[in-house]
Amino acid sequence: MPLIQVSRLSKQYAVAERRPGFWGALAGLVRRRTRLVQALDEISFSIEPGELVGYIGPNGAGKSTTVKILAGILVPTSGEVTVAGRVPWRERIAHVATIGVVFGQRTQLWWDLPVIESFELLRDIYRVSPAEYRRTLDELIAIMDLKDLLDTPVRQLSLGQRMRCDVAAALLHRPAVLFLDEPTIGLDAVAKLATRELVKRLNREQGMTVILTTHDMDDIESLCTRVIMIDEGRILLDGDLDQLRRAATTERRLVIILADEATWIEVPKATVIHRQGARLTLRFDPATVSAASLIADITGRYAIRDLYVEHPPIEEIVARLYQGRTP
Amino acid sequence: MKPYLAVLNARARVLLQYRTAAMAGVATQIFWGWIRVSVFTAFYASGSAAPPLSLADTVTYLWLTQALLVLLPMRVDGEVQAMVRDGTVAYELVRPADLYWYWFTRQLAARSVPTMLRASTLVLPAMLLFDMGLPAGLAAAGWFLLGLAGALLLSSAFSTLMAITLLWTVSGEGIARLMALVGQFLSGSYIPVLLFPAWSQAALAALPFRGIMDTPFRLYLGNLSGMAAAGALLHQVLWTLALIAAGRALLSRGLSRLVVQGG
Amino acid sequence: MRDTLHLYGSYLAASLRSQLQYRASFLMMTAAVGATSFLEFATVWALFERFGRLADWSLPEAAVLYGLVNVAFALSEALARGFDDFPSMVRSGSFDRVLLRPRSTALQVAGSRIQLMRIGRLLQALLVLAWGAHALQIRWTLEQVGIACLAIGGGVALFSGLLVLQATFSFWSTESLEVFNIATYGGVETTQYPLSVYRRELRTFFTWFVPLATVTYFPTLAILNRSDPLGSTRAFQTWCPLLGWLFLAICLQIWEIGVRHYRSTGS
Repeated sequence: MPLIQVSRLSKQYAVAERRPGFWGALAGLVRRRTRLVQALDEISFSIEPGELVGYIGPNGAGKSTTVKILAGILVPTSGEVTVAGRVPWRERIAHVATIGVVFGQRTQLWWDLPVIESFELLRDIYRVSPAEYRRTLDELIAIMDLKDLLDTPVRQLSLGQRMRCDVAAALLHRPAVLFLDEPTIGLDAVAKLATRELVKRLNREQGMTVILTTHDMDDIESLCTRVIMIDEGRILLDGDLDQLRRAATTERRLVIILADEATWIEVPKATVIHRQGARLTLRFDPATVSAASLIADITGRYAIRDLYVEHPPIEEIVARLYQGRTP
Repeated sequence: MKPYLAVLNARARVLLQYRTAAMAGVATQIFWGWIRVSVFTAFYASGSAAPPLSLADTVTYLWLTQALLVLLPMRVDGEVQAMVRDGTVAYELVRPADLYWYWFTRQLAARSVPTMLRASTLVLPAMLLFDMGLPAGLAAAGWFLLGLAGALLLSSAFSTLMAITLLWTVSGEGIARLMALVGQFLSGSYIPVLLFPAWSQAALAALPFRGIMDTPFRLYLGNLSGMAAAGALLHQVLWTLALIAAGRALLSRGLSRLVVQGG
Repeated sequence: MRDTLHLYGSYLAASLRSQLQYRASFLMMTAAVGATSFLEFATVWALFERFGRLADWSLPEAAVLYGLVNVAFALSEALARGFDDFPSMVRSGSFDRVLLRPRSTALQVAGSRIQLMRIGRLLQALLVLAWGAHALQIRWTLEQVGIACLAIGGGVALFSGLLVLQATFSFWSTESLEVFNIATYGGVETTQYPLSVYRRELRTFFTWFVPLATVTYFPTLAILNRSDPLGSTRAFQTWCPLLGWLFLAICLQIWEIGVRHYRSTGS
């Protein structure tokens, strides 16, 4: 049975409109205009225990609306959702006790207190028994290497350290599913890698079900086994990374490094899209020319130091998918 | 003048957007006024000696304080406070305008626009339902308008000074709050200055605070006229100039301190 | 219930520890709050200085009334301060965090910010109360102490209810509504003078709709052993503060409606 089941989920908002200018503000004193916005339009998907799903889309696509509904914060206009057998918005208290949520930009820890005191407050809030708390905390300290952070006030932590503590805080009550909202935003490269490693381990070793919303395609590429892509309230794509690539384009890239920088290259059925010194990137379509014959052709005619075939970067693919939708 | 006008306009727009708040504000002021009038009426009914201000005049005075409450240097400027806290106040230095007058204009806008809105909606019900009186005469009305303008400038100079004390972060907020409190109390916004104990009258007359509320309201009531009225206006102007001078001096000290500290 | 109190205690301890991190600012704000309330009483004092009496009440009698009102108000402001800051909590989205935790929303909001610097007002109010009682030579019998406790307890409940009600409205409007200051600060201002000085509409409003008089004026009459020109009985004066708790219960119900609204609009 799926852990999360979403069917035909819709959400509409009424948004107040502000009129521009001084007189507009004055008119707003008297009457206010509203406009209906369809944030989610009958979306359906299901997620099995142990999956690590990337939920992506541009700003305003309906990402955070979906997450808020799954987290029990928001009541939808129509549709059905169950998470671990419960309807999130009907039994808020029972539901939220089984999920963990981390917001990348906002900490849930008490700013001026040492980390451990925030953990103890959360223990009381989630009604975790002292024995259970001790056991979970020890485990988390081991997995996330928190030992030296526990006595530091939160405001003195670096962003990366704070993220580690925030993830730990979300796991203290042993949730069945973890929601990560932009977990790597604002982190430096090292902290990003560490955070990804942590999420990967939680998922692969502990079997934690994770739903991740992000703008960072490296997060998606290094972590997710599955991607759900949403735009304008509808699901554009639901599948693994390969499917994501195929949906956008079949094109491949051939990167070659020439023996001599000055060589001018001309290859039929492939286009040079980038050149930097001796390094060239060519674009080709495997349907019209196979990689093997292309390579044979090039190595036959020019002196090559190195070459390899790659996919277009995921950012480009995603950008192309969005463009395809909104002409 | 142009940058200052732009500031005035922008602030006015922000303030106008608070629709419900503006209406609710009027209702609140009417309610407060009603309570205060009730309390003063009861005091007048219980007291034996004749107070230096008649009940009818006191009632009108109280309604004027309600209508023009925003004149008071009420609270600390939240934006300046935030700027000092996160250090962005340094960017204020690169504005193409004299910082003192820029802040002064902000304060002026924060006072004049809500004052207009509120006073115009409050005065009518107060007059029709709650015995607020008209100005004592045409001359009194004229003096009142002059006194009101003076009060606006004086109050803005005072709150600019309060905002400037915020540059001293640690103690600034406390000092600004205390200044606001003392200003409100001594300006006659709680009790007409004439009703304070007799021994305090001379000191209260010399201090700047009465110029913010008590002066324009007494002009309205005709309680001050002729030479006394001119003297009261002069008192406002002199104190405004003094506060502006003090503010400018303090601001340049505060900024040099900022430059030394920052890096 | 015990569990709830335990959690509230944890919040209280955490707030205390965070605030003590900024000792200078804490002391300064406490002093500022104390100074504010000192000037409030100075107003009352100046009026008595000018007029002598107010509707047959002397300054010490008025001081007892003032003290009771302000003790209750200061306590509720300290304990339910989170509701006072609630509009910013909605605006910044931190209320979502509250909904993500398996506890009553009202409890979490109350615990989100407990402001002990309100102690400044509490101390001042206690001082005024003590001075008034001393000047009147009140003999504190068991009954009078009981009435005072009932009044303060009911007062804390009632003022907290008002703060909850005020906060509830920010679910509908992002503007902080000054109109509610009528009930809170306005209520304090009103009820620190004897109820009998007001017109009937106001008396009815503060007895039956926002029953502030039931936690202030009426119990004070019982403590001072005064007869009521409005004709209330001694039993009513003693027990009416319990209405404060009823009021709080109703406000919490309205709060729940607000939470439901928030969860359907999300804002």
